[in-house]
Amino acid sequence: MSTETLLGNEAIALGAVHAGLSGAFAYPGTPSTEIMEFLQETAAREAGTANAFVAQWCANEKTAYESALGASYAGRRAMASMKHVGLNVAADPFVNSALIRINGGFVVVVADDPGMHSSQDEQDSRWLADFARIICLEPSDQQEAYDMMRKAFDLSEKHEVPVMIRITTRLAHARAIVKTGPRTPQNPVRKADADMSWILMPAIARKRWRELIEKQKAFAAISDGPDANPLAMKSGKLGVITTGVALPYYRENLADLVASLGAEPSHLHIGMYPMPKEKLRKLAAGVERLLVIEDGYPFVERELRGILPFASPRILGKESGELPIDGELSPDNVRAALGLPEREGFAVKNLVPPSRPPSLCTGCPHTDSLVALKEVLRDYPLHSVNSDIGCYTLGALPPYSAVETCVDMGASIGMARGASEAGLRPTVAVIGDSTFYHSGITNLIDAVSHRTNMTVLILDNGTTGMTGAQPTILPSSGLGNLVRGVGIEPEHVVTLRAHKNEHAKNVEAIRRELAYEGPSVVIMVRECLEAVKKARKA
Amino acid sequence: MKYDIVFCGVGGQGGISVSVVIARAAMAAGLQVKQSEVHGMSQRGGEVLAHLRISDKPIASPTIPRGCANLILAFEPLEALRYLPWLSRDGAVVAATAPIRNIPTYPEIESVLAEIKALPKAVLLDADALAKEAGNARAANIVLVGAAAKYLPLKADAIETAIAENFARKGDAVVSANVKAFQNGRKANP
Repeated sequence: MSTETLLGNEAIALGAVHAGLSGAFAYPGTPSTEIMEFLQETAAREAGTANAFVAQWCANEKTAYESALGASYAGRRAMASMKHVGLNVAADPFVNSALIRINGGFVVVVADDPGMHSSQDEQDSRWLADFARIICLEPSDQQEAYDMMRKAFDLSEKHEVPVMIRITTRLAHARAIVKTGPRTPQNPVRKADADMSWILMPAIARKRWRELIEKQKAFAAISDGPDANPLAMKSGKLGVITTGVALPYYRENLADLVASLGAEPSHLHIGMYPMPKEKLRKLAAGVERLLVIEDGYPFVERELRGILPFASPRILGKESGELPIDGELSPDNVRAALGLPEREGFAVKNLVPPSRPPSLCTGCPHTDSLVALKEVLRDYPLHSVNSDIGCYTLGALPPYSAVETCVDMGASIGMARGASEAGLRPTVAVIGDSTFYHSGITNLIDAVSHRTNMTVLILDNGTTGMTGAQPTILPSSGLGNLVRGVGIEPEHVVTLRAHKNEHAKNVEAIRRELAYEGPSVVIMVRECLEAVKKARKA
Repeated sequence: MKYDIVFCGVGGQGGISVSVVIARAAMAAGLQVKQSEVHGMSQRGGEVLAHLRISDKPIASPTIPRGCANLILAFEPLEALRYLPWLSRDGAVVAATAPIRNIPTYPEIESVLAEIKALPKAVLLDADALAKEAGNARAANIVLVGAAAKYLPLKADAIETAIAENFARKGDAVVSANVKAFQNGRKANP
């Protein structure tokens, strides 16, 4: 046993390693990225030793999930980690994997981003765990994040289901002291039994689905048992339910609350789902008001509230306005929900500090690509520029104002294609190399198949920039061959250097491809400045 | 004892790394710490914020409640203003005077500095000049730590050791420039 100061994501990674992890797979995405970064650093140190394990970036969250599933099939403990919207990409294997007989322990770590610090939405992954009908664990702090990884692998092997660890930004990106335990040896390779439980043909899937439904009783028994979801009944009229990181915010205010109420409220903390129904009923029976504090959507609250009105207890939370319905929890909004007076700081008296949005780095190759594209588009009063997820999304802001859409990974090419087919021309898709490998290539195949009149600008900086410059899954030298390989005509696959010194040449080449009536691809190449800096540091 | 620090600045100024250095010094002194930071999109030239909580007792929230920060350490003056609602009534602000004007709506710098000067406990300093004088223009963040040292619940020597350890990988010249930057900061707010 030793103590270390760890970021929540590092605690999860170390917890997995100490639980006997053999294979970890991920695609970068804030706030989940540091899990794989920590695993890779550890794996590099342990390469060639008896503890060696695999930690790999993958093309996208679906491929990561499926690789982890294969490792579980081989009998070894495996995990996939991703941000919340990444689970949408992996939703197909995720939901189906609940029906197979998990062999080596399988854990999917999903980092939600309430408040959208670095995301397009603030969806709550607990709904997806519930949808797939699997166990979900939600740590409240870094220590629990570490401890729950071991618990998750154990539960997964015992009940032969995937287990989700759901965290939110403030757990992922906060550091605290963590006590670590002994390291469990890795499982040997032991292929899953040949009982057809990994073959989800309808007849078998129907049987497996029944078995999964039956397992719910066992899950519920653990949730309502002594080892999860502690309930403390007190004599007061107020009951409080916390989940995940709501617990430290509640504790932050507890002394003041007790002083104000004259007694401690009854309290249930939920760190494991499915929900502990018996404990919830017991708590509800003993209080008049029940405040639900949870980071993300009102998941517990909605379930408790239901549709039909009932008199007691009164359910308080996000839907009743005690807590904000959007954004993340803070010690302050939890304090207000507990009815405690606001603490006063200082105010700025004579000005309103303007917000400072993020922007592309000075000298970023994307700026040269966007400036060249803008110049060509001046000739076309009606045009469409669909973009994607990455640093270049910042090209939507002044002074560039160069891209018009950002929806999901890979959407730029599909949307540009649809816009073109609908008659809006010229249409341009602006996508980074990492996002192109993630989800762009399949849309390009559609464009080739239908000879869609459109131009794709692949901004190839050789890295996944926004998440801290992780290497792109394949070297950029392969992009041209890939694009030609799916059938873009070789004379309409143009590679340019994204640099202001090449501006005139780049403008001319982009103009030519926009004029071409068919699918064309322009690859704008120059290394990400952050990646260069990172390489220099290492 | 509890001591809460808000670190704020603009992406790339080294605010988060400085919070980690002080957290290490606090742990080496046997204290509890919780530190919270932002990653990802906002690190691209946007507002960057880290919270560090130090205490001799267990700490609950990883983020600092409003009105509770003992210190705002601002690497950019406008960013100091953004977090004033977090400053406790007897808290201090230590801020660099040099503005980063990467937004078109940046207010008059005089009015920004006037807001800071109007606070009961505020220290403004030209951290860039003191960093250059120490031999490393990039050590302005460490100058500010030096200027805040007398408020921190840690011995100055312990912070200096943590700074030296933090830069050890980069060689002696970088270490000594950063230690000098720390000392320059201390002299500026003795």
